[in-house]
Amino acid sequence: MISQLNKEFESRVRLGIMSVLMVNDWVDFTEMKNLLEITDGNLASHSSALEKSNFIEVKKEFVGKKPKTSYRVTQIGRKAFEEHLSALEKLIGK
Amino acid sequence: MESKNYHEDLSHIRQMMEKSSRFISLSGLSGVFAGLVALVGAIYVYYVFQREGINYFDGNRNVFNQDLVKELILIGTVILILAILSGYFFTAKKSKEKNLKVWDKTTKRLLFNFSIPLVTGGLFCLGLLYHQLFVMVAPSTLIFYGLALVNAEKYTLTDVKYLGYCEIVLGLLSFFFLGWGLIFWAVGFGVLHVVYGLVMHRKYK
Repeated sequence: MISQLNKEFESRVRLGIMSVLMVNDWVDFTEMKNLLEITDGNLASHSSALEKSNFIEVKKEFVGKKPKTSYRVTQIGRKAFEEHLSALEKLIGK
Repeated sequence: MESKNYHEDLSHIRQMMEKSSRFISLSGLSGVFAGLVALVGAIYVYYVFQREGINYFDGNRNVFNQDLVKELILIGTVILILAILSGYFFTAKKSKEKNLKVWDKTTKRLLFNFSIPLVTGGLFCLGLLYHQLFVMVAPSTLIFYGLALVNAEKYTLTDVKYLGYCEIVLGLLSFFFLGWGLIFWAVGFGVLHVVYGLVMHRKYK
């Protein structure tokens, strides 16, 4: 049963990023940072880890002259997170 | 990991989902004060009627003169602005206490979805005024306001839908008691807001 828990989601920050993306469409960097109350570097490293696992997709664009990074959950990510959630619920004996 | 951590994980997940998708700073006190403003406004209108020699409770609805209608519309607008301002004040204060931004995506989403029925209703009522169907204004405002609340339910505290249902029922009722708009308004925008606001204030302290 423990094996169903996804190691990728062990960190609170990653759990947070996934939770936000599960109920929203594209969310940009600043908004995500404010929601999770974390630093730039922290968000950048965790989001790129999630991107590497294909759990989220990252969009980089320019708004005027400012670069803007946005995130969205992928199908794979959605499925993985849902499985992680039900594993969590089983573990606490729901 | 022990189960305590799993519990914390789950509550963290739930909290992040809520925080990012719903506007949760809506203050109960906003409702209370908006309601009080509406009640004071209704009492004031009652005195305006008396000043004009109209006894509201005798049930005779003579056609009001143009100046009185204009004055009533002006009073209504002032009440609306005061109610919105007091509503905004307490909600902004609560946002600050919770360390949330007042103006973010959740606010915009809430306001947009709240506005669709509300603006439709507002324009509809302008149409009623244009055609001099004054008695229809009170039921219409209550019904459209109720629909706006029910529509907003998905984007803020879900409890607002109960207030919405009450407003809709009250609005429909008032359609069958035309001419008692002031009373229905005082109940719908005054009493219901105060009651709802107090319940919310206690629930989400």
